[in-house]
Amino acid sequence: MTTPVPRPPSPVPPGTIEARTFSFYYGEKQALFDLDLSMPARSVTAFIGPSGCGKSTFLRGINRMNALIPGTRHSGTMLLDGEDLYAREMDVVQLRQRVGMVFQRWNAFPKSIYDNVAYGPRINGAAARTELDEIVESALRRAALWDEVKDRLTQSALGLSGGQQQRLCIARALANDPEVLLLDEPCSALDPIATLKIEELLYELKAELTIVIVTHNLQQAARVSDQTAFFYLGRLVEVDATERMFTSPREERTEAYITGRFG
Amino acid sequence: MTSSTAPTRPRRDTGVRRATALRTAGTLTRRRAVNALMQGVMYVAALLAVLPLLLIVWHLAREGASSISLDFFTRMPKPVGEVGGGMGNAIAGTLVLLGVASAIGLPIGIGAGLYLAEQRGSRLATSVRFLSDVLNGLPSIVMGIFAWQFLVRPLGHFSATAGGIALGAMMIPLVTRTTEEMIRLVPTSLREAALALGYTRWRTSLTVVLRTALPGIVTGALVAVARIAGETAPLLFTAFGNQFWSLALDQPISALPLQIFNYAISPYDEWHRLAWAGALVLIGLVLIISLIARYATRSRYGGGGD
Repeated sequence: MTTPVPRPPSPVPPGTIEARTFSFYYGEKQALFDLDLSMPARSVTAFIGPSGCGKSTFLRGINRMNALIPGTRHSGTMLLDGEDLYAREMDVVQLRQRVGMVFQRWNAFPKSIYDNVAYGPRINGAAARTELDEIVESALRRAALWDEVKDRLTQSALGLSGGQQQRLCIARALANDPEVLLLDEPCSALDPIATLKIEELLYELKAELTIVIVTHNLQQAARVSDQTAFFYLGRLVEVDATERMFTSPREERTEAYITGRFG
Repeated sequence: MTSSTAPTRPRRDTGVRRATALRTAGTLTRRRAVNALMQGVMYVAALLAVLPLLLIVWHLAREGASSISLDFFTRMPKPVGEVGGGMGNAIAGTLVLLGVASAIGLPIGIGAGLYLAEQRGSRLATSVRFLSDVLNGLPSIVMGIFAWQFLVRPLGHFSATAGGIALGAMMIPLVTRTTEEMIRLVPTSLREAALALGYTRWRTSLTVVLRTALPGIVTGALVAVARIAGETAPLLFTAFGNQFWSLALDQPISALPLQIFNYAISPYDEWHRLAWAGALVLIGLVLIISLIARYATRSRYGGGGD
């Protein structure tokens, strides 16, 4: 059980992510080229771009999920609240508790709803039942799922609908009380109503944490994000406030992608 | 390809079309015949695949069922010439041997399987996988001789422990491979979910991965137990067999397959009958284990919508 280490006071609000000339390689193949991008706290940053452009790779670079794949390496720096994520003294386990992640395909554990949400806190040493109950309830409330599942907490999570399971995955990440929430195409397998619920949820959550979302749905990016970054072939083509990006993009390629001329 | 003056739609040669239709009609009859033939062949093959089991069970039931009574399970073997008696000691001995074998084979096999699945690409894993396959193909008599050389000879006497270890060693590769296969079936997404929540690798393996694969692993373990329950050769030089009631681990112990072997090669009709009955009981034991294995596959949280 790890005790939380007090973080040094930083000049930026907690949850700020900053990439500086960040590159990433799968073996010989370079997937990301010198990315500079800053994701401000308490806002939603959306990554858009055609498949294989590196947006998911970059997202997974923020909680070092990519490092699980053998033969990968990176260069440049990725900072969370001014700390280097890839520094030797950065504990990857603690990092992933600070940076939660939700995947494209909801991946609830084959356990009860309660156990799914309690999964993260349990390892953080929240052993007392009452404490755990509180964490689970508050996480489910924050994920706007509590009312739907409060009477069936002990039932299997796999009995929930897709949209509910995806919100359960969000609740599971929130139970760790993260500063940052990464979402990798969280709605691409959901119907429009479930998608709407998730989008509303993100809008509420951004009051408390930094949200980074990868999406193939441009309308979604326009709806939920404050800042949009357009990736193409492993490079960051353009990044701007979402409103500006979707009304008057500076780059021709961005405009072509947004208007649907390619990708 | 006619590219003459532009017609409103491409001209098709009706003659060719009709010929094609005729040809397919001809081949259709032939295709149907081949299909029927092949299906017939497969039905026969499928039936032949289970035929040995049906014959064995039928024959064993005919020869052995009459000797099976409560006495058979509780009584001890009687000396030659006396009618009756049972194989109580052999049945108990087999259970003891399976217990010892499982205590050795399951933890090692599951641990090795977990390692192979989690480190699938490493050089050590590749060699372990290969050697495990070799071990799997090792003739069981060789295992028996090996156990005799290293466990029986130094100690100076046959023992249940030696027999159990020999059987356990045979279980290891079976359990290793099924465990590996089952763990590989666990979706990467579940693993990633646990890691993204801040779980360490080993903890992810032990909690999420192993838990999710557990029903399959239990099935594999039970199938392995059923496999070795009938092994005779590894026990010949290790457990040796025992005429008397003994469950001591450091003493020779009786076992169903051994008893069947000894009785079957004896010249006495009464013993032959008991051997048939023993074989029937052994098959019943294996069948029960297999049924439990099937039941265990049904997981509590499995299935359901996604």
